[in-house]
Amino acid sequence: MKKLAGISGLFLAVFVFTGVLEPNFLTGYNLQNTLRWTGLFGIISVGTAFVIITGGIDLSVGSVVGLVGVVTPMLLVGLGWPVWLTLVMVLAAVLLIGFVHGILVTRVNLQSFVVTLCGLLIYRGLARWITGDQTQGFGMAFDGLRQLAIGRIPVTHSFGLPIPFVILLVLAVASAVLLNCTVWGRYMKALGHNEEAARFSGINTNRMVTFAYIIGAVTAGLGGLLFALDVNSVQPAAQGSFYELYAIAAAVLGGCSLRGGEGSIAGVVIGAAVLRLLYNAINILGISTQLEFAIIGAVILCGVTADEMVKRLSAVRALRRAT
Amino acid sequence: MQAPPLLVAEKVTKRFPGVVALREVDLTVDSGEVVAIIGENGAGKTTLMKILAGILPADGGALAVAGKPVVFSTVRQAVAQGIVLIHQELSQLSNLSVGANIFLGREPRTLGWIRRRRIAREAVRIMRRVGLDLSPDISVASLPIGQRQLLEIARALSADARLIIMDEPTSSLSEREAARLFGVISELTAGGVAILYVSHRLREVEAIADRVVVLMDGKNAAELVGSDISHGTMVRSMVGRDISGYYARKPRLKGACVMEVSAAATTAWPDCSVSIKLHRGEIVGLAGLVGAGRTALLHALFGLDRFAHGKVRMNGQPLLLTAPRDAMAAGIGLVPEDRAGQGLVLEMIVQHNMSLASLTQRRRIVLGGAWERTFCRDMIRRLCIDSMRQRSAVRLLSGGNQQKVVLGKWLLLGPAVLLLDEPTRGIDVGAKQEIYQTMEALAEGGIAILFASSELEEILGIADRVLVMHEGKVAGELTRERMTEENVMHLATGQRAA
Repeated sequence: MKKLAGISGLFLAVFVFTGVLEPNFLTGYNLQNTLRWTGLFGIISVGTAFVIITGGIDLSVGSVVGLVGVVTPMLLVGLGWPVWLTLVMVLAAVLLIGFVHGILVTRVNLQSFVVTLCGLLIYRGLARWITGDQTQGFGMAFDGLRQLAIGRIPVTHSFGLPIPFVILLVLAVASAVLLNCTVWGRYMKALGHNEEAARFSGINTNRMVTFAYIIGAVTAGLGGLLFALDVNSVQPAAQGSFYELYAIAAAVLGGCSLRGGEGSIAGVVIGAAVLRLLYNAINILGISTQLEFAIIGAVILCGVTADEMVKRLSAVRALRRAT
Repeated sequence: MQAPPLLVAEKVTKRFPGVVALREVDLTVDSGEVVAIIGENGAGKTTLMKILAGILPADGGALAVAGKPVVFSTVRQAVAQGIVLIHQELSQLSNLSVGANIFLGREPRTLGWIRRRRIAREAVRIMRRVGLDLSPDISVASLPIGQRQLLEIARALSADARLIIMDEPTSSLSEREAARLFGVISELTAGGVAILYVSHRLREVEAIADRVVVLMDGKNAAELVGSDISHGTMVRSMVGRDISGYYARKPRLKGACVMEVSAAATTAWPDCSVSIKLHRGEIVGLAGLVGAGRTALLHALFGLDRFAHGKVRMNGQPLLLTAPRDAMAAGIGLVPEDRAGQGLVLEMIVQHNMSLASLTQRRRIVLGGAWERTFCRDMIRRLCIDSMRQRSAVRLLSGGNQQKVVLGKWLLLGPAVLLLDEPTRGIDVGAKQEIYQTMEALAEGGIAILFASSELEEILGIADRVLVMHEGKVAGELTRERMTEENVMHLATGQRAA
């Protein structure tokens, strides 16, 4: 829990700061919107966190979001496939993507950066090619399905819990259980720290790493579906681009180490929330949106620097206790 | 008037958070002298060396080189005074050539251009001094570890070293390579260079040291000269007590054959077939020079590498080894050579390291429940690891305790065969003895132990019989009566035993 103190403090600071400066920030409508975006980005961040915990990186998330985003409306609207068949096909596609990433990293021994960078290029290219770069959408139809992204569970008359945020909470709880309460989670952390020692302990490290890439691709696919349902006008060249970096940023803010082994799901969810909160604050406080990236970058840098300081202090304290 | 000693360290003190690593330690080294520093792990040997070499600043005390007071705040300043430390893990850049490594950071140059021909010429001259006859252009990666060690000394000499500090220089050398190193050391000292020699291997210290400085708990405990330098006195002064019966070997009866390896060859040596029988309750030593194929054999038996051909049987049943989990399911455990890299996840806590190998075998997916905690607590008691440390990161433990965690990991699995690869490397005398005792107890409990070690004396001390490997095959087997250092060395170097 100590590890979450930093990121939670950052979250509170930005929240209070913005709320005091601009009371409109606290309206039900605005909070609801921020939560919805937190849900959408949180979903892809949680998957990315698994890959990072096993010591890898997934750069293909944004392109998977784009590919799923254009394929889903094409199958539903263009080809008139039933919803269930479309969803099964999309699921099969992202499972395959994750599996191939995992195989290339573990069996062919390629670096995850290279594999997923190629994925980023390939899936984006495919998305643009199969659509002829034409914008895709659901039109007026599929209102029921679209509720997954735009719906909410009413709490008061002006505020409701957005469905994507609810999906994120369910996903986060399941992921936290997987990571902390199952042998697979223990294995992922162990091999993230020291893959050779994990292998020498009889752990099927190849299988566990592949599993992590599959989780990453499936959550990217789920995110891609929800993002597409949300915007309803999907541009093949732009949908989801840079989202992998948001996901990595959220994971790192939430305490994942790119060296592998470290990370908590709750931290990643709060990390995603901080990013959306910052984005919202920049808009609502009237700060030039051109500064958006600069501000987010600066806050992440401060966050991880502070985290490193805290870690160093606690390491000194642990050493003192142990000796 | 007598010249002042080469190096005088007076009342050197060093504090780390929560611990005093050195408490007013004195040390004097004269030119041409071999001074050995010994002590258990945590006695302060490494810290003292690092202070002398300018890697760590001292908190108190004074240093003087040739009578002049000095203060080192960087390695460069120590090197300028002729003091060079050779690390246990050699610090060469293996992608560079021999010549480039010798002059790394001190390349002779003109206006920034490196003078390659001069480097080559000088490198050859310096390498001759340590008995190396190599082309300066070949890459370091192609050299065996023994030559790399000598290269490191050449590098020190090229910096005009007057005092060379060696940290466990023989830990990865074969006996022959070590003998060569000792030859070079005596030539260097004859030429006036002083050697500060840090080692756990007391037989070596006995053979080469003119003087032995014993550290205990960060303080000077004793200083031995001349005929006082013997294995027994050194052990006594290191641990502050008499370890009688250092290898307390009790006669054992071996049981039924549990593992049989027939005509098997590892992928590293596909033409050499190895046949081994292991019986319940026996400790079999696996001797041989570095690179003789001991580790390759153990890895193959644990399913980490494939056998090129051959059969393995457990209790008469054929066993197919494709991955460590196959070996584990058959009751085989491996304590690997590289504790930090292969044996442990240093960042994880003791309990999680211990349970890591047993989780799969228990066929449970959801963790939690008391078994993990209880099993680990019992194992910690059984192995006498300070029980307060069950939840602290393994990284913070001493080498001996870390090795016990690795042992515990495999004992939790309830193995029938335990493969140990250099189980006592780099751990102190007291912890070594505890590991020997644990091995004895396990053998008595019916486990078959195959135990590879480069330290002949421990193999001879504890094994019931010894298999000697040479270039991928078992060159011979020695029973208790024929187990002598000479016989093992003969077999290990490809000759016949007496």
